[in-house]
Amino acid sequence: MIKITAPLEKNVIKKLKVGDEVLLSGVIFTARDAAHKRLSDLIKKGGRLPINLKEAVIYYCGPTPPPPGLPIGSCGPTTSSRMDRFTPELIKLGISAMIGKGDRSEEVRKAIKNNKCVYFLATGGIGALLATKVKSASVVLFKDLGTEAIHRLEVKDFPLIVGIDSQGRDIYAKAKWKSE
Amino acid sequence: MRKVSVSKIRDTVADLCLKANFELREDVLAAIRAAVDNETEARARRILESIIENARLAKSKRLAICQDTGIVVVHLQLGQNVSLTGGSLISAINEGVSRAYMTGCLRSSVVGDVRVRKNTMNNTPAVIHTEIVKGDKVKITVSPKGFGSENKSAIKMFIPTASDEEIEDFIIEVVKKAGTGACPPVILGIGMGGTFDEASLLAKKALLEPVGSSNPKPHMAKLERELISKINSLGIGPMGLGGKTTILGLRILDYPTHIAGLPVAVNVSCHATRSAERTI
Repeated sequence: MIKITAPLEKNVIKKLKVGDEVLLSGVIFTARDAAHKRLSDLIKKGGRLPINLKEAVIYYCGPTPPPPGLPIGSCGPTTSSRMDRFTPELIKLGISAMIGKGDRSEEVRKAIKNNKCVYFLATGGIGALLATKVKSASVVLFKDLGTEAIHRLEVKDFPLIVGIDSQGRDIYAKAKWKSE
Repeated sequence: MRKVSVSKIRDTVADLCLKANFELREDVLAAIRAAVDNETEARARRILESIIENARLAKSKRLAICQDTGIVVVHLQLGQNVSLTGGSLISAINEGVSRAYMTGCLRSSVVGDVRVRKNTMNNTPAVIHTEIVKGDKVKITVSPKGFGSENKSAIKMFIPTASDEEIEDFIIEVVKKAGTGACPPVILGIGMGGTFDEASLLAKKALLEPVGSSNPKPHMAKLERELISKINSLGIGPMGLGGKTTILGLRILDYPTHIAGLPVAVNVSCHATRSAERTI
């Protein structure tokens, strides 16, 4: 098992190969549909973003609220493909990695390859188990969006699989059910 | 007439929302355990084992099985000899949902308007289906439905002379299109017959039937078995990463239909298919 730490350095990303199983520690930021839409609208308006996304690891996740004594509730990944329409512009802003579930569009795959990013898969539907890997959580932006606000999470040994590596190799590329 | 207070229904709905979100159904868990034994791919086995471990943690820590705690679908079977007292039934159900989601630290995943998309922040309103039945009991089934899988559902209005093969191809195509997004291994509810709306509701109700149970009609049961076998041979596997386990269960509910038609609805559900029921 490969252990890596966020923010991810380019030479670390370069070494990751599609299908590798990794344990991620460090700081990641949640953002899903509504937060992506807001960021995209702000980018279109041309203003400065209220958050620095340079080298950020974005996690497509809308957690449940924290029960007493825990930093976060259940916090598994949501379907990544819904974010595909926004991803190339966020990659342009310098995000280094994304975490979600499921396959991505060809456009996203190319953007990942061209900008030497990485896309990780987390297992969907195991949010209670993944919650045990989160050490702290706080809302940093768009609080009014509730679960869809951008949360800063500090994770320890968060289990992931490399879905698309920095060379653009896609774990789902050879899935026979897709090509049929 | 037997009097039933709507406050009793409110409290029951609240209890069932919590139970459904924290405790994976025994039939679903049993199907996942059986899949682990049957699975030969190492990665597929690991994913299935993590799903079992997740269910254990969710139950013991009172954490949601999945962070998508769904929009709440409530199925009511209301005995015709019941007289509801104490206020509005609909309000009582929504109060029960709101209380469970607020106190149980479950996610508010409902927006009040499909275009404005402002979160209602208490996971109401629920989607409520009411059936009037014989007797003086009220059966309440609560099923929180996640949208990773709901988004992959489909309906097709076949012509009456459609072959079994055409129907199977449609259903298999739904699973292929759902691909990774529906959190496979999936569970399918199939509604056949009735009308456009009735077929969809039957498909939703089919998800409440125990995994492993089958339609009482032999030709329907055969179709169920064939579909399960064909879908599992697609090789999608847990999380779409390959393996023998693409589907955990599939159940058909059917109803008479018009001479000119054959509606088939497919409600896709994830491996965390959740529901809980109680009769009062």
